[in-house]
Amino acid sequence: MYAMREAVAAFKRAPVLTGLSSAMVGLALFVVGLFGLATYNLQLALSAIEERVEVVVYLRDDARQSEIDLLLTELADFEEVRQVRYVSKRDALERARVELPEFGELFMDSEVNPLPQSLEVELRQGFRNPEVVEKLSFAAEGYPFVEDAQYGEEWVDRLFALRRIGAASAGVLGVAFALVAALIIGTALRIAIFARRDEIYIMRLVGAKNGFIRRPFLLEGAMAGLAGALLAWSLTYGTYRGVYAYLFEIAWVPGTWVVLGLVAGTAFGAVASALAIRRHLREI
Amino acid sequence: MIKLTNVSKEYPKRGFALRDVSFHLQKGEFAFLTGHSGSGKSTTMRLIHMADRPTAGEVRVSGYSSERVTERDLWKVRRRVGFVFQDFRLLPGRTAQENVAFALEVTGTPTRAVQAKAQRLLSQVGLSTKAGAFVNELSGGEQQRVAIARALANDPFVLLADEPTGNLDERATRGIMELFWDIQAKGMAVLMATHDLELVRRFPSARVFELDQGQLVYDSTQAVEPDASPTLRAD
Repeated sequence: MYAMREAVAAFKRAPVLTGLSSAMVGLALFVVGLFGLATYNLQLALSAIEERVEVVVYLRDDARQSEIDLLLTELADFEEVRQVRYVSKRDALERARVELPEFGELFMDSEVNPLPQSLEVELRQGFRNPEVVEKLSFAAEGYPFVEDAQYGEEWVDRLFALRRIGAASAGVLGVAFALVAALIIGTALRIAIFARRDEIYIMRLVGAKNGFIRRPFLLEGAMAGLAGALLAWSLTYGTYRGVYAYLFEIAWVPGTWVVLGLVAGTAFGAVASALAIRRHLREI
Repeated sequence: MIKLTNVSKEYPKRGFALRDVSFHLQKGEFAFLTGHSGSGKSTTMRLIHMADRPTAGEVRVSGYSSERVTERDLWKVRRRVGFVFQDFRLLPGRTAQENVAFALEVTGTPTRAVQAKAQRLLSQVGLSTKAGAFVNELSGGEQQRVAIARALANDPFVLLADEPTGNLDERATRGIMELFWDIQAKGMAVLMATHDLELVRRFPSARVFELDQGQLVYDSTQAVEPDASPTLRAD
């Protein structure tokens, strides 16, 4: 009760200072927010490319329907596989006419359909990686009526290399931004603590328990963190709207990320404040 | 009560601030701690308040030993020892009552009891009519009274006063001294550090400790002659 009253009173007593603390926290978290927005959109772009990771099993012309059905069932039984589509020679030709109009005449004129029948193996999310496609290709190639199994080995490998680099740099940059934000928040709160050093001194003088001294600062830190996180959210959202309207189409981060950001900002404020007040109490 | 046994305090740069000091302040005693500037008076007060620990020897305050009390338990010592300073150290921007109430609130006095107790403490120091005045509206003597009321908030057994009249005029000094004697008459010990020997001489019934260059050179209860103090005698 006392802690809450004191934390609110601190906001009221020094609105400029607490406002500045929140603004500093907000700007620090804004950088993290922008980074989150960029990471999320990069992830979406990579996922869209990843969707196209599939295995195409080309079948010999003399493969019997019963053999094809058997392979289709076996491939569909793999837990990594979402679905297996059979593409007949005629379907392949139709598709080629639509997708490759520049070769339209070639396909029209030809009396013989040169395109093979195939099975297109679509993978479940989370399994679109080089190991799985290689495993499925290997399994399919074991059948005598299979001509070839392809999955665009080279670009899948590149895509995953890119993804690994993306994940690593996102991790490193995320930690770096979070550390910078923590330092800024810590500094802002140290200023707030410094402004109230007389009160802290008196509290110690008359015998207040350390926990009691810390509590209002923890609350104040949490409030500054939450206010900063809300500011960061509004700035990031404004940026998103601006980019969407004037530059290019991007996606807004999921609601859980926003909630997580607000909770993290609040917790960040409280923890940074706890560390700052702990240090201050040790010094006086 | 308060017992210093062979206490020394050495600072890394300044050297010894206290050297082998021993004394025992009994319950309800009134004592002056005198000596020139830099003689170790404030260091002694800080050690009793356990704001600092001795480098050698032991300080015992109401059963708490400087050798054993943990950082976590220091608040217990602080509530047993009231402290007033030369510069009052009140919170500006708050009223007299709010300053006293602050000390009560932060030491866990139930909210409903805080205001009544703050008023009672201000009455005790003769400031009941100034409870609503802001600190900067009060005279030096009145500010020191607020500081004393605050120091009494937790009903300590001893009041430490470090040069409490140093910033006050003669009249205010007299008022503060009368207040200290009132407090002592109610059973609380008072240990007052001062370099004002004239003031010390005015209260012959008080016990006197004298420090010189960090050493205890005089304790009136141990002295063979009543005026054996090197400084008091020479002055």
